[in-house]
Amino acid sequence: MKTMNVSLVGVGGQGILLTSDILAKTATLAGLDVKKSEIHGMAQRGGSVISQVRFGEKVYSPIIADGMSDLLVSFERLEALRWRHLLAPDGKVLINDMNMTPITVSSGQQPAVADLDARLKAEYPGALYVDAMALAQTLGNTRAMNMVLAGALSTLTPFGADVWEQAMRERIPAKLLDMNIKAFEAGRQAVQG
Amino acid sequence: MSQKVLLSANEAVAWAACKAGCAVASAYPGTPSTEILENVAKFKDTINCEWAVNEKVAMEVAIGASIAGARALTAMKHVGLNVAMDPLMTYTYVGANGGLVIITADDPGMHSSQNEQDSRVLVKFARAALFEPADSQETFDMVIAAFELSEKYQVPAFIRLTTRTSHTSTVVDVGDDFGPGQVERKPYVKDIRRYIPVPMFARPQRVRAQERTEALRAFGCETPFNRIEAGDTRLGIITSGVTYQFVKEVFPEFSVLKLGFANPFPSDLVKRFAAGVDRVLVIEELDPFMEEQVRAMGVQVVEHTTELNMLEMNPVRLMALRKELLGDVEAPAAHRADTGLPTRPPVLCAGCSHRGVFYTLSKLGATVTGDIGCYTLGAFPPLNAMDTTICMGASIGNAFGMEKAGMQGRICAVLGDSTFFHSGMTGILNVLYNGGTITTIVLDNRITGMTGHQENPGSGKTLCGEPAPVTDIAEVAKAIGFKRVVKVDAYDLVALERVLKEELDSHEPSVVIAGGPCRLAAKLMNAGTYEVDPAKCKACGACFKLGCPAIERGEAVADGKRFKSHIDPVQCSGCDLCRQTCKFDAITKIR
Repeated sequence: MKTMNVSLVGVGGQGILLTSDILAKTATLAGLDVKKSEIHGMAQRGGSVISQVRFGEKVYSPIIADGMSDLLVSFERLEALRWRHLLAPDGKVLINDMNMTPITVSSGQQPAVADLDARLKAEYPGALYVDAMALAQTLGNTRAMNMVLAGALSTLTPFGADVWEQAMRERIPAKLLDMNIKAFEAGRQAVQG
Repeated sequence: MSQKVLLSANEAVAWAACKAGCAVASAYPGTPSTEILENVAKFKDTINCEWAVNEKVAMEVAIGASIAGARALTAMKHVGLNVAMDPLMTYTYVGANGGLVIITADDPGMHSSQNEQDSRVLVKFARAALFEPADSQETFDMVIAAFELSEKYQVPAFIRLTTRTSHTSTVVDVGDDFGPGQVERKPYVKDIRRYIPVPMFARPQRVRAQERTEALRAFGCETPFNRIEAGDTRLGIITSGVTYQFVKEVFPEFSVLKLGFANPFPSDLVKRFAAGVDRVLVIEELDPFMEEQVRAMGVQVVEHTTELNMLEMNPVRLMALRKELLGDVEAPAAHRADTGLPTRPPVLCAGCSHRGVFYTLSKLGATVTGDIGCYTLGAFPPLNAMDTTICMGASIGNAFGMEKAGMQGRICAVLGDSTFFHSGMTGILNVLYNGGTITTIVLDNRITGMTGHQENPGSGKTLCGEPAPVTDIAEVAKAIGFKRVVKVDAYDLVALERVLKEELDSHEPSVVIAGGPCRLAAKLMNAGTYEVDPAKCKACGACFKLGCPAIERGEAVADGKRFKSHIDPVQCSGCDLCRQTCKFDAITKIR
């Protein structure tokens, strides 16, 4: 297979690193070569976070060149715009339908993006949107938001739900597993209808 | 049976150390190296491991274990290596007894560092051996090989990682029946001619170090870690480390000399490679470490104008190089990064115990020399409460130097508890001894915060979670001889202002310990929630000056010139600081 490039972006604390871990594990279980590279900035929370996962027969670079991401998964709407330059011309986009106001805006230092809806629509006409937070809330655990997104993401990868769930079993502590698998399935259904 | 696991290079170091029979490991945390010891701790049954108070001490502990005949490991980020150089520079003369492996993790592009350094230069300076892995599998294999080489050649052996190897996970075959390796310890034999390098003993060691360098250079020409990948010989590329991966993406068809063992530089192998290709191109991240040595050998190197010797390497930069040299590629048609969006910089957490100190220092108009930690973020608006940050522990010497230079006003140094233990204790001793009057403020949150919550001598626990004596910073200052030592609650703005004003204005040296737990580490992020009563809020803006991410702009008043505040209940962690700033009692605790 051709190497597949996935960029996962969002805000620190949203569970991006766990999601990319599970994607990387899934690809490993499928017998592929995998590289997963992440940059988490100086502080613990609140900054932009990016993790990149590449898988295929043989993967060299851990970094995805600009314009080469087959998949851009954004855990937050503004971040989807910030990382626009990563996306390949025929790349697909999955966006968590959630806004997190940056401190630069909430404190009045910088203006908000007034036309965020319109810009997202213009940049990503075919994007998939999932309200992962709402789905996680109905399941009673907002912390599982990332696994709702993992479920939605799974439908855009060449791996079956069974392989994903095996990766989750290897990575997530047993007492949290059921809840996370439920969230994963809710995410799959949300995009498959 | 052989076992394949997905590991970052940092994790691979730990697995390899276990398999190689490493007995002792010591390190101080620093991004991107921190996870190495955290993962070594998972093998604590066979590896006696610890957080040292700084990198110099970590190096000395590892050297002591090596002298005793055990295999030992130390790990640090690039700036940590600066701190550890002193013991290293002499141990390279003495030579390793038990294998000594040193991991240095460089941070090209400065994702989380104050500078970028190419550690290869220091390894050459130290006459040590250098392995440069390109992924986690090589890291695993090279750490094992480095222990063996270190013992065989009696040389400290380096593994140089970078952010992109340290924090990239790749598939690693950890071999059959993975488990702790059994190695026979080297005997320790008392030998002052070896272990006490006074001048008369050091001179012959200096000569032996040179002979060893030549022997290692020969090893470098034979080892399979240095390999020629034959291809189109019109261009021959010499590369190393993670840069090799980018070369394989962007120049896949050409001959490559991949150097996994790059110091001492394998000159004969490089000459052999150069003789077999039309033109030699050196592609490396950061300094022209290899290129200068290739040129010094008289080998002609392809000239180009694409800048590669600073900041982080990536495939796009190599595409630009290929375009210049061969003209047959265009960089992918990516949209340009949108620079008009509001930024999302790192910020002190909602409820961070550092915030009140900076709020107060800002109010007092103090000149603040800062240090390395989360608290460097106190420099930014709206707190604006820091003037300098140089390196670990520098805050104290810097503040005292300002005073000595005759600078007027309120001068103070600010550093965290872990940084104080790392290299602040000598700083305050110097202030006292030399008649300084500056105030040193220790932000004591009882954890090493920025690197992700590592234990330290103030936290009461070791790396492995065992109980440890708690060192009280106030008692340290008193024992050094400070008369003015004050502990203050970092969440009490009234007390903070009173204490800091008094100490900054006094004409005697003082140490203030502002105590409050790291809310993230202490799991206090959901400890409470406050709200603003819009009817009482006068839009005075006092609470905005805290720079708390939970406090947002609310309703606009006075034609949009001022804003009432609003607290995001999800982000608020209930620290109470904003309530204390409000003169109108508009902010109350609701949970």
